[in-house]
Amino acid sequence: MNRFYRSMLFIPGNNPGMIQNASVFDADALIFDLEDAVSIDEKDAARVLVSMALETFDFKPSVCIVRVNPLDTVWGREDVLQIGKYHPDIILVPKADPEAIGTCHALLQDIEKENDFKPESIRIIALIESAYGVECATEIIKGSSRVDGILLGGEDFTADMQIRRTPEGRELFYARTRLATLCRAYGLQFIDTPYTDVNDLEGLTFDVREAVSLGATGKAAINPRQLEAIHRGFEPMESDVHWAAEVVATWQQAKEEGKGVFALHGKMVDAPVFARAEKILKQVEAVRGEELINHVE
Amino acid sequence: MIIQNPSCAGAMESNDILIMLHPSEDGVQIQLESKVKKQFGRRIESVIKTTLEQAGVTSTVVIARDKGALDYTIKARVITAVNRSLGGGSYE
Repeated sequence: MNRFYRSMLFIPGNNPGMIQNASVFDADALIFDLEDAVSIDEKDAARVLVSMALETFDFKPSVCIVRVNPLDTVWGREDVLQIGKYHPDIILVPKADPEAIGTCHALLQDIEKENDFKPESIRIIALIESAYGVECATEIIKGSSRVDGILLGGEDFTADMQIRRTPEGRELFYARTRLATLCRAYGLQFIDTPYTDVNDLEGLTFDVREAVSLGATGKAAINPRQLEAIHRGFEPMESDVHWAAEVVATWQQAKEEGKGVFALHGKMVDAPVFARAEKILKQVEAVRGEELINHVE
Repeated sequence: MIIQNPSCAGAMESNDILIMLHPSEDGVQIQLESKVKKQFGRRIESVIKTTLEQAGVTSTVVIARDKGALDYTIKARVITAVNRSLGGGSYE
């Protein structure tokens, strides 16, 4: 896993005002959308606008993702060919299946060669939004060494399944757990579907909690107002961070003394407990961009 | 290259600019409307002119209605209008 993204904020690709202000929202990643947020007769304009934005602005520390149109449409390939020249960090491939991922991989390979970019420096996130996509997710992951993660598209998935999307999200349980488990198995990120009611922050908080409990590493957002709840939900609690720092520090001391197991505040600490503590600190490091583990005394 | 087909790109919305290209054989002429023309008019015209030059356009009448667009948007809308003109034009 390259970097941990708690949030990915969708920005409509043909809206100059939103694009130029995108970095003020502090999303971990920005998704400039050329697909659903852009009408058919403005696809060409959005592609050029996002290209010029990538050329002009530094969106750091947010990661720049571009959602292209599906690769089996007249716009999809052109999107990748044009946008790729401006080196986005990641291409989000919609309606992902193994063929689409393979096509995107090959196009990016040519772009990197032509433009003298570092090989495989443009990464891919697969947007899985169909029953077929969920079932062949392993092949999707294996379809390209550029795949850094999966984003679940809940709206399209439930439409494909001919089931109703509810605020509770019970209908997404299987897709979420399957994709989260798969991503964990391959060391990739699993980004949960956006919560579509932007006025229901309580519902969003519940939805984030659900996603975290099932193993999601981040969540997409469709409105900047959703970011705070998402960030809060994906960050370990301060008490957990403090505990983890203490475990790691004491573990290092115990190791020097030749102990494999020790007690901290009356509770046993062994290798799995240490691994969990280390993971919490790494997660915080990834989010805050600071080294915590080496600084523990 | 002379613009043969009328075309347009962009919108009359804040932070955007509407660029309309018309056929002409008298070089590049720009008619700019902008509330910030006094402050940024020369800059906006310069971005339009440079972008047209880079696209190889030597002759057209540009009608630009600016609503506070930054350079990257002006550039993008001019490129799109040129592409649309080359693709047959779309004037609505």
